[in-house]
Amino acid sequence: MKKLIELKNVSKAFEGETVLEKMNLDIYDQQFITLLGPSGCGKTTTLRLIGGFESPDEGGIFFDGQKINDVPSYKRHINTVFQKYALFPHLNVFENIAFSLRLQKLPNPEIAARVKEMLALVALNGFERKDVNHLSGGQQQRVAIARALISHPKVLLLDEPLGALDLKLRKDMQNELKKIQKQTGITFIYVTHDQEEALSMSDTVVVMADGKIQQIGTPIDIYNEPKNAFVADFIGESNIVDGIMEEDRKVTFSGHTFTCVDAGFAEKEAVDVVVRPEDVDVVSVEKGMLTGVVTSVTFKGVHYEIIVDIGGFKWMIQSTDFVGVDEKIGLYIEPDAIHIMKKSEYSGKFGDYSSFSDELDELSDAEAVEA
Amino acid sequence: MKQKNMISGKIAAYPHIVWTVLFIVLPLLFVAYFAFTTPDGAFTFENIFALGDHKVTFILSVSLSLIATLCCFIVGYPLAFLMARARPKNQKMLITLLMLPMWTNLLIRTYSMMALMDDAGIINGILTALDVGAVRMIGTKTAVVFGMAYDFFPYMVLPIYTAICKIDNSVLEAASDLGGNPIQVMTKVIFPLSSSGIVSGITMVFVPSISTFYISQKLGGGTFDLLGDAIERQFQNVSTYNVGAAMSLVMMVLVLLSLWFMNRFTDGTEGGTAG
Amino acid sequence: MKTISKVYMTLIFLILYIPIIVLILFSFNNTGNTGSFTGFSLYWYKELFASPDTFNALKNTLILALSASVIATILGTAASVGIGKFKSKAIRNGVLSVTNVPMMNPDIVTGISMMLLFVLVGGLLQADEKLGFWTILIAHITFCLPYVILSVRPRVLGLNRSLSEAAMDLGCTPVSAFFKVELPAIMPGIISGFIMAFTLSLDDFVISYFTTGNDFQTLPLLIYSMTKKEVTPDIYALSSLMIGAVLILLILSNIAEAKGRGKAAETPAEMAERKGFI
Repeated sequence: MKKLIELKNVSKAFEGETVLEKMNLDIYDQQFITLLGPSGCGKTTTLRLIGGFESPDEGGIFFDGQKINDVPSYKRHINTVFQKYALFPHLNVFENIAFSLRLQKLPNPEIAARVKEMLALVALNGFERKDVNHLSGGQQQRVAIARALISHPKVLLLDEPLGALDLKLRKDMQNELKKIQKQTGITFIYVTHDQEEALSMSDTVVVMADGKIQQIGTPIDIYNEPKNAFVADFIGESNIVDGIMEEDRKVTFSGHTFTCVDAGFAEKEAVDVVVRPEDVDVVSVEKGMLTGVVTSVTFKGVHYEIIVDIGGFKWMIQSTDFVGVDEKIGLYIEPDAIHIMKKSEYSGKFGDYSSFSDELDELSDAEAVEA
Repeated sequence: MKQKNMISGKIAAYPHIVWTVLFIVLPLLFVAYFAFTTPDGAFTFENIFALGDHKVTFILSVSLSLIATLCCFIVGYPLAFLMARARPKNQKMLITLLMLPMWTNLLIRTYSMMALMDDAGIINGILTALDVGAVRMIGTKTAVVFGMAYDFFPYMVLPIYTAICKIDNSVLEAASDLGGNPIQVMTKVIFPLSSSGIVSGITMVFVPSISTFYISQKLGGGTFDLLGDAIERQFQNVSTYNVGAAMSLVMMVLVLLSLWFMNRFTDGTEGGTAG
Repeated sequence: MKTISKVYMTLIFLILYIPIIVLILFSFNNTGNTGSFTGFSLYWYKELFASPDTFNALKNTLILALSASVIATILGTAASVGIGKFKSKAIRNGVLSVTNVPMMNPDIVTGISMMLLFVLVGGLLQADEKLGFWTILIAHITFCLPYVILSVRPRVLGLNRSLSEAAMDLGCTPVSAFFKVELPAIMPGIISGFIMAFTLSLDDFVISYFTTGNDFQTLPLLIYSMTKKEVTPDIYALSSLMIGAVLILLILSNIAEAKGRGKAAETPAEMAERKGFI
């Protein structure tokens, strides 16, 4: 695959506050790449730098090998789908989509044909004369996508494009976007704070926090082999505990030495250990590698979400078997369910469920959407 | 209970409704009545026909007001644009600077222009001191147009400024993103999206310009008549009330028609945000 | 580009302010010369204050502006609340459009139409003086009304219905629910409507010109009558004082505003809009 966009040591600050710090990122042709992270992590700024709406303080942005730091957005073969669509309120659906072709002064029949083609692509046949202000959120979204795609850009930037849609519509649009990307073969750079969205749509996920890239990889890699506590916590649910690497493939945590599959650490090195809630089996106390007391049980439909107190550290476990609160249970963990990470600045900040509540989780999600 | 509440609620609007009928509708009916009657109260079209004598005044009024409006627009649109693009902190100061003259009485502003342009005024004082010799400014049509433009200039800038501010920045980014260079973004997006502001600006300058009488009296030096002067003069004397009423009626119809037309023109392109 | 735009803005604001600054400067001239500044003096201010007309006009202006704006605010607020209670959209829109006529119409037409009414009714009543305080008061209330409604009605429309329902649920009668819950909620609109009415009334010349009698002169009318005579710097002095008063009022209201609300709560565009220039 050909390297299309390259960010080399890019830094950006707003009013003295660093938003991006020496960022390096390669984006390949025809890739669906997602920048994922909480609000304020610098993902939107990265997108705006690529789109040409901001210019980097330091470093270079390259497109097809050419430095484009100072190329204005209207000269870049990169188009954007904006967060709130940014449709032109004074133009109807047809004219919105035709906007870039009108600027190129293409003949009318060609414009009409290409708009029709685009409307078919986004499933809005017959919407030509509609007023964009009277469309639903999902329809406005489709117009925005068609408008950005009509001039056949090399790259499409999407800034939380589904953020304003309700859940059902989001799922539909996710599939549709993926389909459109396959069909057109255009590189998609997608920004979101929703990890599920990122995992299900992308070829490559870039996890960002605090203006830095934490990990780049395929969705499966990111989920199974998180590089640090931040990534492990941000992607899915995880129990993150302190451990000591006894030797290769031997780790001690919570007072028990486990067999694992990781190697290459120093002897007795302090590490972070990640165990996904669905990888823990509930067994009888005698058979358990660890034992603990159940402090809460929540029915989630497919499984129960169980919080277990193990030596003062609260674990989350997902199990299809019901256990009662205050019951003492044993836990069994397979070697390949244990993932070892090097200590990082995020160690000890995540992965404890002692103050966990669904309500809090939703609250922080809602904040992220607003921001 | 609810029914009772509805009735008591309506009552609150009754004094206002009576007031508007008595002091807005009725007076306008009187204007119409006077316009179509003789001083003795007999029905006539004579007053309307008599407006033919004031043809020159009409044309002069309309053209001077149009020129003043156009000047305000040409000078004011770039200013509004620059203000809307200034840093928020500076914007507040600029707006205050622009509004301060608006809070100063129109007579005073007109009068300050007169102080500058008078035969024995400051500009001529300077010119004489420089040995260039005095220039006659008061009494020229240019002075009147300048006065109108000066007096009503902020009314052109503010609505346009507000309209441009309301345009979502991402819409402008989108236009640039889709290949529009700065000039194209201006003509294809900013201009159409600020049309509601342009329309209010134009009416807010044109309407007071066409009906003014003190600007032409002070700066025109009484050498020629505008519509406002003509109307004002008819009402100095009871015997010419009827002709004055006819002129007012025509002016009102003209203004309301153009307002209606202008509003039509901007329907549907109101505001700058989708949704 | 940046420099050009700065020069452009500076130039326009200079043109906008030079006449006013010159006027203020020449109010301190020590001779009646209006063409050149010969020396500083307060002569014209003394002259101005020596005239009983000035104080009389000032008193009249304030009395008129205060009574007109209070009455217009009460009428307009009641109307803003009441109009929404009419079920027919045609009635609501009809009343609002008629109310707005004085705002759209050229002032001269509004002034003349009311003058005709007053003269005719005065004739019927065989009044000696057909025009005076009462007629100019009615005229001012009338042209202030649309501005009051313009600033109060959006607040009324923005009222949360459940607010008064909650109050009634807790035992208020509909009337006391209005005074206890709804009125405080629309108060900011009422206050800004009142301020706008007050300043418009202070400032009005054209409508006052046609609807007042010989015995009731306001400051704008005084300026007009002074300018009918020869140009003398005492008008400069009066004008300067009025500009100064406006300036002080503006500064005071800005300070009050900054104290009253979170400073960053309002963008300049909103400020422009609120002050009624749209």
